[in-house]
Amino acid sequence: MEYTLKEMMAITAAREIKNDDIVFCGTGISMLAAMAAKNIHAPECVIFFETGAIDAKLEEIPLAVADSRVMYHTAANGGLLEAFATMQNRVTGAQVLGILGAAQIDKFGNLNSTVIGDYFSPETRFSGSGGGCDVASFVPRSMIFMQHEKRKFVKQLDYLTSPGHLDGPDGRRKAGLPAGGPQCVVTNLAVMRFDDHTKEMYLDGCYPGIEPRTVLDHMAFVVDVSRARPLAPPSARELKILREKCDPQRLIL
Amino acid sequence: MTRLKKDKVMNLKAAVSAFVRDGCHLSIGGFTLNRNPMAAVYEIIRQNIKKLHLYVHSNGQGVDELIGAGCVARIEVAYGGTGKFAATCIRFRKAVEQGAIQIEDYTNYQMTLRFLAGAMGVPFLPTRSSLGTDIIAKWGFSREIRRAEPGLPDHKLVVMDNPFPGWGDTDQVVLVPAICPDVTIIHVHEADRRGNCRMQGLTFADVEQAKAARHVIVTCERLAGDDELRHHSDQNQIPFIHVDAVVPVPYGAYPTACYRYYDYDPVYLKDYAGAAKNDERYAAYLARLRATADHQALLDGVGPARLAMIQADPTTGYAVDLDRR
Repeated sequence: MEYTLKEMMAITAAREIKNDDIVFCGTGISMLAAMAAKNIHAPECVIFFETGAIDAKLEEIPLAVADSRVMYHTAANGGLLEAFATMQNRVTGAQVLGILGAAQIDKFGNLNSTVIGDYFSPETRFSGSGGGCDVASFVPRSMIFMQHEKRKFVKQLDYLTSPGHLDGPDGRRKAGLPAGGPQCVVTNLAVMRFDDHTKEMYLDGCYPGIEPRTVLDHMAFVVDVSRARPLAPPSARELKILREKCDPQRLIL
Repeated sequence: MTRLKKDKVMNLKAAVSAFVRDGCHLSIGGFTLNRNPMAAVYEIIRQNIKKLHLYVHSNGQGVDELIGAGCVARIEVAYGGTGKFAATCIRFRKAVEQGAIQIEDYTNYQMTLRFLAGAMGVPFLPTRSSLGTDIIAKWGFSREIRRAEPGLPDHKLVVMDNPFPGWGDTDQVVLVPAICPDVTIIHVHEADRRGNCRMQGLTFADVEQAKAARHVIVTCERLAGDDELRHHSDQNQIPFIHVDAVVPVPYGAYPTACYRYYDYDPVYLKDYAGAAKNDERYAAYLARLRATADHQALLDGVGPARLAMIQADPTTGYAVDLDRR
């Protein structure tokens, strides 16, 4: 069955979401991945947004985390304080999986979503942290969406907006952050993970038809590819639900 | 004490010119494409108020229009984006890249805590967010600017050891300075003449933003009867003692959404994004906007068909099957 890379990304990310996860969701493809997981294999997972909406009934895809579509049929509608408290809560916080995106990523999963170039006279200005840095600071596990390009997988970030593992295995503890950090990076070519000991990124799996060499060609730093495995393409059922139930207007896809 | 008076209803022109002055420190409510106080934003643009110091967390459309119209000198912000319609707000981006405005970056939670600190009357609150990042390391407003200006704290953020060693499994905290805006403007669903407010759906950080401010202008979809909001008052979020002006403005958040009343207008937001990318087209957009007498005139230009299209469905609170491409 034919499918696009964006569909592969959404399904691959959806498979990372488990039935007992409380999923913190951002805008765009992360929203689609969470909706797909809920409709395909993780019906009990809870989706929540930094705007304060907890467990919305997402009948249409929201185009921003403040879209009225996140406010319908929720467990509770609060505000930003409640949302960020949920992910820091000593009990519920442990179950939260954060989904993030960025303009640049380094080998420790640190993210830049602020500027390209010098912060004080930027070549390109992006939206900024929003809740991204908060989520990356607080949650025990996060999943990151990236386009696999040399200018995005960089040796040195132009600005460190959201903390990953900072400078390595002890980075978060030294900085005073809670343990945790990114667990995987889902791209348009592959899935990357972080080594348990070094906290450095490695290639975990390639999409059908993609070689590890190709993945390396799209990065400005080298990663271990010895553990790479082929990833399964989306099934007909997964695609049908994604296309017909999650994004029939193809607003994100 | 004017905040105890019984009737605070004003028209928008008068409310904006009474409270929003050149150079004042302003915060606006809402979030990206929802419940931004757009009628008030457009009135600020019509009155050509300049050099605003803006405090926002993630207010997409309102921020972009204020910056695009040249009303803003400085902004303290977490996020400048309007969801799918502009991943990064376009005039915001241009202004920062050209150095036309000064910017200080915080996170959404930090901005919310800063408003809360202002509302509580404490100088700062602690968090663990942003430890180890450039949000702490890089200051948009220099030490010199901060020292020179009484309206700014001397530090952007301060990292300190947990003064309760080991308590809460935390070694270090980041202190975020309180914000007390001169004026906060929010748009709510219902308010009464005295200023009691009721919002539906998400409140974002509107309550903290309002309570932190010296003056508060509330625009509302519907002016409630004098005693109406006293019933089921558990559904009210802001009591009148925090409010200075009440301005009934139907579609006051348009073109952003107001849950259970209307959706965002994808046509307007898409046209806006198109115009924002091109300086000439943007100048024409601004000229058209400034030529409207008030928000009703702007809505008349949009026309009843488009407003009908975004009417909220009573069950879900948004416009079901709205074409959002």
